[in-house]
Amino acid sequence: MGASILPLRADGLALIRDGQRLLDNMSFVIPQGGITTIVGPNGAGKSLTLRLCHGLILPDEGNVSWAHDARLRHAMVFQQPVMLRRSVRANIVHALNAVAHRSPQERANEALARFNLNALADRPARLLSGGERQKLAIARAWALEPEVLFLDEPTSQLDPAATREIEALILALSQEGLTILMTTHDLGQARRLADRILFFNRGRLIEDRDAASFFDAPETPQARAFLAGELI
Amino acid sequence: MDVTSAFAEAFSLITRLDTGFLAIVGLSLRVTFTAVALAALVGLPLGAWLAMTRFPGRSVLVVAINALMGLPPVVAGLIVFLMLSRSGPLGGWGLLFTPAAMVMAQTLLVLPIVVSLTRATLEELWTEYRDHLTSLGLTGHRAIPTLLWDGRFALATGLLAGFGRASAEVGAVLMVGGNIAHYTRTMTTAIALETSKGDLPLALGLGIVLMTLTLAINAAAYAASRIGARYAG
Repeated sequence: MGASILPLRADGLALIRDGQRLLDNMSFVIPQGGITTIVGPNGAGKSLTLRLCHGLILPDEGNVSWAHDARLRHAMVFQQPVMLRRSVRANIVHALNAVAHRSPQERANEALARFNLNALADRPARLLSGGERQKLAIARAWALEPEVLFLDEPTSQLDPAATREIEALILALSQEGLTILMTTHDLGQARRLADRILFFNRGRLIEDRDAASFFDAPETPQARAFLAGELI
Repeated sequence: MDVTSAFAEAFSLITRLDTGFLAIVGLSLRVTFTAVALAALVGLPLGAWLAMTRFPGRSVLVVAINALMGLPPVVAGLIVFLMLSRSGPLGGWGLLFTPAAMVMAQTLLVLPIVVSLTRATLEELWTEYRDHLTSLGLTGHRAIPTLLWDGRFALATGLLAGFGRASAEVGAVLMVGGNIAHYTRTMTTAIALETSKGDLPLALGLGIVLMTLTLAINAAAYAASRIGARYAG
């Protein structure tokens, strides 16, 4: 591991599709550590922001920059985790091979053990339950030894038991030093997990505060309305 | 000869492993296996490339290749015949009326099936896998090995369909092979010839083998999709 790739700087990001500014003038800094959670109504640009930060799409204005060459040092888990048509273990090994990891088999074994997936190692990944899939997707990302993990709505498809398990995992990973930037539409989840909140509305960053003060005393009328469960 | 005794004689040909009979079956299988292998060698990468690239005129090419899946075998035969005939561009190779010519004709018939199916399978997989593979830095040609492997069951079914088409086909191999005894006589050309000559046992025997082969191919294709569903989801 070289020097930290953090902080991540998003500077004046804008994304324009068909003349619509899906994201506009988006700027924030993600320092090392903690769980930063992006909340906001549908269409606020939460997922797009993660995709921009991860480099899957390029902004039309502004830029995303890291302190050091960050290629393959940040990983992303998608809202609908992509399960290759292979076993659980092979899914992890494939990702490690893709990034030319020095010991894919050993590292895959570590990931299986770390995430309690040993019993499922030889099962076809696509036949797993929703919770197991999400766990595999996180294990697969973790195996790549990222410094930053992007999680897009990590529990939106899960039942409460699986949600509880994934949330515990996210907290544990954060305590182990992984920096996490995630989106959620579930305010309860944001309360349970977030150290810091980025509140988005209509493609703009409205509030950027530590989680406790955001929930206790939101500064903007939009945030107050959102927290009160109103449609904004 | 009545039909009953023709059947009896046909079964006898099969069960006593008549050498002339086996030679015909063997040549057919060799020609078709080689053609399918060649078509896979060219068609899998070509289909993968088509799935992953965008260029002007691509849709026209895709439609053209889809249409070629219905290429009449006699037209494929005619094309290979023209290429290999003495005055054709490959006339110097002296391949007309050899097993190699039959391989070429069958390859031409199987290739569009392989290309088309590979393109369709991989395009669908790419849509599903794009985010994840891009995240891992596997874009463009680097994504192809993953897509081919994950599409393995569908692709196997496609290759079997190609095998079925090539092994059942008579027009093309007749035109470029010439149905020369002990040299380019395949199951289908032999059936056509022997039936017209009235040698029903040989025709029937070969017909039974051909039907069995078709049955085996379909069983294999069915198994491939079942295994795919079970192990790959």
